[in-house]
Amino acid sequence: MKPLLELSSVGMHFETPGGIFDALRDVNLRINEGEFVSLIGHSGCGKSTVLNIVAGLLQATRGGAILAGREVTAPGPERAVVFQNHSLLPWLSVWDNVALAVQEVFRRRMNRAEMRDWIAHNLELVQMLHARDKRPGEISGGMKQRVGIARALAMQPRVLLMDEPFGALDALTRARLQDTLMQIQTAQGNTVIMITHDVDEAVLLSDRIVMMTNGPSATIGEILPIDLPRPRDRLMLADNAHYNRLRHRVLRFLHERDDDGDVAGVAASVTALQTPASSPASPPKKSAASA
Amino acid sequence: MTTLTLPQWLQPWVRLARGEAPQAQIRLLLLQWAAPIVGILVLLAVWQLGASRINTSLGQFPGPVQVYEQAGNLLAEHRAERERSRAFMLRQEERIAARLAQQPDWEPVRRSYTGAPTFFDQIRTSLVTVLAGFLLASLIAIPLGIVMGLSRVLENALNPVVQLLKPVSPLAWLPLVTLVVAALYTTEDPAFSRSFVVSMVTVMLCSLWPTLINTAVGVKTVSDDLNNVSRVLRLKWLTHVRRIVLPSAIPMMFAGLRVSLGIAWMVLIAAEMLAQNPGLGKFVWDEFQNGSSQSLSRIMVAVLVIGAIGFALDRIMVLIQRRVDWKQD
Repeated sequence: MKPLLELSSVGMHFETPGGIFDALRDVNLRINEGEFVSLIGHSGCGKSTVLNIVAGLLQATRGGAILAGREVTAPGPERAVVFQNHSLLPWLSVWDNVALAVQEVFRRRMNRAEMRDWIAHNLELVQMLHARDKRPGEISGGMKQRVGIARALAMQPRVLLMDEPFGALDALTRARLQDTLMQIQTAQGNTVIMITHDVDEAVLLSDRIVMMTNGPSATIGEILPIDLPRPRDRLMLADNAHYNRLRHRVLRFLHERDDDGDVAGVAASVTALQTPASSPASPPKKSAASA
Repeated sequence: MTTLTLPQWLQPWVRLARGEAPQAQIRLLLLQWAAPIVGILVLLAVWQLGASRINTSLGQFPGPVQVYEQAGNLLAEHRAERERSRAFMLRQEERIAARLAQQPDWEPVRRSYTGAPTFFDQIRTSLVTVLAGFLLASLIAIPLGIVMGLSRVLENALNPVVQLLKPVSPLAWLPLVTLVVAALYTTEDPAFSRSFVVSMVTVMLCSLWPTLINTAVGVKTVSDDLNNVSRVLRLKWLTHVRRIVLPSAIPMMFAGLRVSLGIAWMVLIAAEMLAQNPGLGKFVWDEFQNGSSQSLSRIMVAVLVIGAIGFALDRIMVLIQRRVDWKQD
């Protein structure tokens, strides 16, 4: 079977004022239609860089991503992103935030009534239709992230990209959102790439977990298939021996990396690991002018 | 839904009437009402005491009472002038009617009344001029600020120019503006008087900058995440500006507009005074030149009115700002 998405020998280096920073080297990954893949690794290992390359927000300096036979060169709605901090437009209501995406993506393919139904349908999926007229400032962090997911799903993407979508949420809210996401993904068969720090989350949701080595020159260390039957139930899995074996496998990988962090022989300074992060090109914030 | 919300200044009165925590309401009322009133009373007292000790070449400096009387005089003069104007028009219509009765095919010629502008006419002229200048400045500053905020190249190119021109006093611009307008604005039948254009352009030149700079900064600080959303949605440039950039920049932009309007009002008075353009500034200058025993009181009336109008303009801007600023709710 031909994979839906293929990353072939992707490399990425950033030119910083302090010299060239080699973030990624030789990342190869094939993802099939309907697969849920998690990327896990320590901070600064280039997970976000991989995701941003697939999204088209960053251009790989070597290799590239091919989605359904076409090379990724720019961002687009067929690779919708759920951002870590929701990134809703604060001046628009929940409804209008999703509507903006639907209007842009389906401008010529849907009439007004169809758009309305489609927006409502996606808000319903994440159980947010009741708050349709609220602004992002008026709802909780978990609710905002639900709307962020609705907005991304409403673009009907070929691949749904999630950048630590639940990282900023408390444990209980996170669990609820994971369940919602799992239901939707089971029902719709979405292809998902998700970045996470959370081992339990990765094992619970994924079909495969991609574990990344530490940067600089980060790459894929190991890929672990999660062959737990679906639908999965977090409470049942807690006592499942196989689940716990998989969980330990990921934990051990992360711990080993933690011990020999500077395996590459470079005296990789901690700062060098942290600076490139996800958006190396972000200009320094200027303070507001006289007001 | 909350129940009907009362304006904030009314709330303690209503609560007091209902007997809700009367002590707290009284404390709030003292703070909200008594303190400002005391402040104004102290000002009046200092003014009265100080005025009685200052003897100018035009007589004793006026205290609050004389100024209040002059305000009444100015109003009376305005009414008298209006009455004269009405009487003039009435006489003219009578004359025309009489002549038409004798000579039905005559084309009547109507003249408008040309009396001296009263204090209130000058206020109106100043308000129209300041709003025109401010509007013109905003029409230039907002689009320019947007492109400046979006393009690093343009920002770096324009920044030195902005920094150089921003601190220039209106008084320095005025002679240039006067001459340039005289040279360029030479239509046969001008829709606006030349003095109006001179004042408006001077106001525009001076009040442009805060809006320009704030809009540029507001646009520049659009978050990377929102820019990424825009890229994922493949928004066209204009849609991106309209749906993402402009709303993001609105809080900063309005802060700038508010400062700009304040500057516009201050500049206008100075420009009118120096250029002898109609308006409140000219009124002050005329009274100064006039030098009657009432002049100082009349100038004081103008000073207070200028202050009150500036305050009112600012409040109006705050009200508009509250309606459009998404950060405040």
